Amino acid sequence: MISDSDNASISKPDLSVNVGGIRMKNPVTTASGTFGFGPEYAPYIDLNRLGAIVVKGTTLEPRAGNPTPRLVETPAGVLNSIGLQNPGVEHFIDEALPYLAGFDVPVIVNISGDTLEDYAGLAARLSRAGGVAGLEVNISCPNVKKGGMQFGGDPAMAAEVTRAVKENSELPVVVKLSPNVTSIAAVAEKVAEAGADAISLINTLLGMSVDIKTRRPILGNTMGGLSGPAVRPVAVRMVWQVYQAVKLPIIGMGGIATAADALEFILAGATAVAIGTANFVNPRATIDVLEGIEKYLSENGVGDIKELIGAAHG
Amino acid sequence: MSLVTDAKVIQNKQVIPGYYRMDLAAPSVTERARPGQFLHVRCGSTHDPLLRRPISINAVDRRTGEVSLLYRVAGRGTSLLAGHRSGDMVSIVGPLGRGFTIPEGNEKVIVVSGGIGIAPLYFFLQELAGLGIKATVFQGAATSQQVLLGNEIKELGHSVFIATDDGTRDFHGSVTTLFENYLQNSDFAPGPGAGENLIMNKSYACGPHGMLRKLSEITARWGIPCEVSLEERMGCGVGACLSCACKVKTGDGGSVYHRVCVEGPVFQSGEVSWE
Repeated sequence: MISDSDNASISKPDLSVNVGGIRMKNPVTTASGTFGFGPEYAPYIDLNRLGAIVVKGTTLEPRAGNPTPRLVETPAGVLNSIGLQNPGVEHFIDEALPYLAGFDVPVIVNISGDTLEDYAGLAARLSRAGGVAGLEVNISCPNVKKGGMQFGGDPAMAAEVTRAVKENSELPVVVKLSPNVTSIAAVAEKVAEAGADAISLINTLLGMSVDIKTRRPILGNTMGGLSGPAVRPVAVRMVWQVYQAVKLPIIGMGGIATAADALEFILAGATAVAIGTANFVNPRATIDVLEGIEKYLSENGVGDIKELIGAAHG
Repeated sequence: MSLVTDAKVIQNKQVIPGYYRMDLAAPSVTERARPGQFLHVRCGSTHDPLLRRPISINAVDRRTGEVSLLYRVAGRGTSLLAGHRSGDMVSIVGPLGRGFTIPEGNEKVIVVSGGIGIAPLYFFLQELAGLGIKATVFQGAATSQQVLLGNEIKELGHSVFIATDDGTRDFHGSVTTLFENYLQNSDFAPGPGAGENLIMNKSYACGPHGMLRKLSEITARWGIPCEVSLEERMGCGVGACLSCACKVKTGDGGSVYHRVCVEGPVFQSGEVSWE
């Protein structure tokens, strides 16, 4: 049993990280599309404790999203085809940003578009809005017909989108990569050359499921994005490869449900980690992961989380 | 009190083949729960199956702090849930969602259920009984063996009319046909255009999608407001994932998606875009 006085003598580990200019008090953030705009999880956790909040993907105009069913459970994962349902950037600025401004947490806005102009317009609009700490450029959503993964699947296109956003914004730009490519490192290199400040990965893996009773695809949109613990080894591998390919900070995500999962990503090269599907199962998952990381650092005598970033590379 | 709780199983028993009732010690739920709300229940302790299951609240006992769930074993999640024994702990989130509107005055209340749809309606009927309101209940089931809670509803003082698909009990046919026959034959039920004589103020329903769609047509034709409890595949249960979308009509003839977990599961039948 450690007494309070003993506790006081042990200095708390430094959990702060800097993701391409976004200063986070700890490395735990949320994966876009799994945390709404914040208020959905406020009854369950203190949002102030998060390192950052990455909000639901935002487009210039409101989007209705895809037909139902939009979700299928798979072994240790889920397939979704939401289709970027969102109320549009103006609604986000008017309604969500003022709410988020009430918390001491950097807000990273995930942006998505059909054309280069869409991305440029979103970047410019959000830069003027105030209260935005960074942009996460979604070039990897598998559930929309235009844009999305088309940009992320081609290194040259990914670079063009990155450039368009950088030219229209002073904010730190995080580019979220698609895992549905042959070489994740090749895409990361092009995005880095184009001026990205950080990289986040992975978005969902393209998948599908067929109903053997109806003999038809289950999802309303036929194909969807696979997430959850099932994708974690793929995500860890890609973080490892991108860490070796570029010098940019990485936000790692893909099936993180526990502190041990998060630490795997950090050791593989992630500066920060995002919790996604696990929020659905455990609304307190972000805080549980954060507390678990703190405990690991204390128990292992690690004074600064930064000592662990990429440590598995030797 | 936290909305995330580990609740102790008091009992979990099969009531009829394939249908279970689980009683949980969850005073934080019973204090706040409203009829029509649901709990998001973790069925196992591993990542497969991964997601929680939304299960409507079947009954609460505010005196003992116990909440009851009545569920059909439909897949791997509910099969695991059925394996729980008294003394086991179950992780629950809730109560969640928007429930039924509780009638305020001397309203005539009609309740229509299909199959396991009776589960949330029983809680509603419990509340009505507590308020001294007697409802007329139309209950549909596949066979006589699958009529759930019929006697318990009568014990609450409500009138119950039963329809079975195979005719093994009472009315042979669908519950919506039974309900429409009742409207046509009842002395006090108004016909279309009955205007000020309208006595049947409100109806409440839960059941299969096809049944609710049919009921929506009938109640619209007779000018009876109807609240329906819908079901959709759910991810988070708290409004973040947008998977449990339901198409709701907008004033301009279009439609938007609402979230069954937050804006529902109870909707006005007239606002739902039935497809």
